[in-house]
Amino acid sequence: MIRLRRLLPGGSWLSAYAFLYVVFLYLPVMFLPIFSVNTAATPKFPLNGFTWKWYEGLLRTPELVEAAWNSLIVGVSAAILSTIFGILAARAITRYRFPGRRPINGLIMAPLVLPEIIIAISLLLVVLRLGIGLSLFTVMLGHVLICIPYSMTVLTSGFEGFDRSLEEASADLGESAFGTFRRVTLPMVMPAIISSLLVSFTISLDEFMIAFFLSGTEATLPIYIWGQLRFAAKLPGVLALGTLLLVASFVLMAIAEMLRRRAASRTHNEGGLYV
Amino acid sequence: MFDRVPPERTMIEIRDVTRSYGAFKALDDASLAIREGEFFSLLGPSGCGKTTLLRMIAGFDQPTSGSIAIDGQPMDGIPANRRPTNMVFQSYAIFPHLNVEQNVAYGLKRLRLDAGEEKRRVEEALEQVSLTGLGRRGATELSGGQRQRVALARALVMRPKVLLLDEPLSALDKKLREQMQIELRRLQQAVGITFILVTHDQYEALAMSDRIAVMFNGRIAQVASPKDIYQRPVTRQVADFLGGMNFVAAEIVEESGATLTVDTLGFGRVKAEKPPAFLRKGTSATLGIRPERLRVLWDEERFDFEVAGTVVERHYFGEVTHLIVDIPGLEKPLSVIETNDFGADDIPVGAAIRLAYDPEALVALAD
Repeated sequence: MIRLRRLLPGGSWLSAYAFLYVVFLYLPVMFLPIFSVNTAATPKFPLNGFTWKWYEGLLRTPELVEAAWNSLIVGVSAAILSTIFGILAARAITRYRFPGRRPINGLIMAPLVLPEIIIAISLLLVVLRLGIGLSLFTVMLGHVLICIPYSMTVLTSGFEGFDRSLEEASADLGESAFGTFRRVTLPMVMPAIISSLLVSFTISLDEFMIAFFLSGTEATLPIYIWGQLRFAAKLPGVLALGTLLLVASFVLMAIAEMLRRRAASRTHNEGGLYV
Repeated sequence: MFDRVPPERTMIEIRDVTRSYGAFKALDDASLAIREGEFFSLLGPSGCGKTTLLRMIAGFDQPTSGSIAIDGQPMDGIPANRRPTNMVFQSYAIFPHLNVEQNVAYGLKRLRLDAGEEKRRVEEALEQVSLTGLGRRGATELSGGQRQRVALARALVMRPKVLLLDEPLSALDKKLREQMQIELRRLQQAVGITFILVTHDQYEALAMSDRIAVMFNGRIAQVASPKDIYQRPVTRQVADFLGGMNFVAAEIVEESGATLTVDTLGFGRVKAEKPPAFLRKGTSATLGIRPERLRVLWDEERFDFEVAGTVVERHYFGEVTHLIVDIPGLEKPLSVIETNDFGADDIPVGAAIRLAYDPEALVALAD
């Protein structure tokens, strides 16, 4: 509080507001790890004692391991596909001027603001009408759709400001268009690409709604958690699993953001201007 | 007399090249022949089409009409990566993810030389630009001058028939720029490759080139040696762009062969050389004389050709003094640059002085 007051010029009201804001955002989330190491099976204060048993129990649950495996498969494929589409789109949007550039960009970003349940229901209708059976594959397709806007955001900032003369220099030195992409463009935006992979993977890993509608009989992790919530006895295990997901998401996102910034700073060629 | 005479073989033939963007013509019907081994400069203000022309030679842009041939080979439809040219970019375009050595070897990789040969050529190129020993340095750890040298080495190592330089010195500070001018000229003479330099700096072009093409508004105004460009500009625009010039209105009395006889108010009747592009429009013309070709006459000193006037301004520049002299009959006062050896810096404003001129220094200019 003392520190906040010093940092914020608006006086004590503003600091109080900021403090409450942060508490409101993160306190509920903090209960997860706290109760996940509590010996009692019900999440309530006071805490009984410290234990790792709920975490150990996770590994002995075959359905859980299977769900984790499913999530991994869906997450990795969705991340790779959305990043590939993202690279193509981000490159086109940052590099070329063509009619409809802005509307197209807007439409690609739209899934960010569309209600996920609406997307899920419409995808379900389409998938059923097409006669494709519900499976991890359909979940993956749905995830690609919602991951692309995130991939695009990360990749666009990697491609933006990319000094075009670097690609011209490569062509000038005899390299083909594909060779230039491979030897100059890709290495330079590689941090952004890795960042996009991590972000998409995280989004897919945590996604519930689309997976719920499109997954058929194979559960992903969030679906598994949802299923377990019906049994009070399973709650500590769910809390432990939730904590792991939370930590994994946080770490992946932090790395992704770090890489994105590095990519953005690297693609800006200062040329001869800094001596 | 001591000028190096470039061989007469044409390296680049630019024929009737026009580049239009809609109604705007970035380059308008340009024709030019650049000789093998020549240091050639494209000089002009920004937007004159010099960079457009350079980029079309490199293959980054295509002429709307007309053709470009390099070493006798027509370049129509041939992309940049298959042309025998290499470019030093204005931003240098050093690959930031590669070190100096890898930057220089970038183009060689495609030639699939054996490792020893590749290394030898990289070393040789680094030596040519005095960067020996910096091969492992990262691209982002270089100073502006070093980046420029890497860009140069990276292009030279390809042994191009033509090296293109797009304002390569504009990002450097004055001292480094002057040093690089000398080095670039020396390098060009050592390797003997045709260099084409794009610049808006007239002193740079004058100091480095065998020949210069001066361009305005997408058109080539004059192609000549630095000395001819400076001393015998064909148009008022060229004369004005290459340093100071006094313009004097004149009436044509007689036109015979390459000589014009004209009447002027300040200089009286003089004969002036007629520039090749001179087109007679009525009987009026413009004469030009460079400020340093006017000399202050002291005391009783007499000269066959002199004008008298009054000093209205004096500006001191250390080694020279710049005098603005009002001449009766002339629309604009003359500017005179005089060395300070004889005390030109002590001439008071308001003093009546006489100026000597060499009639050969008077050039007739097309408008």
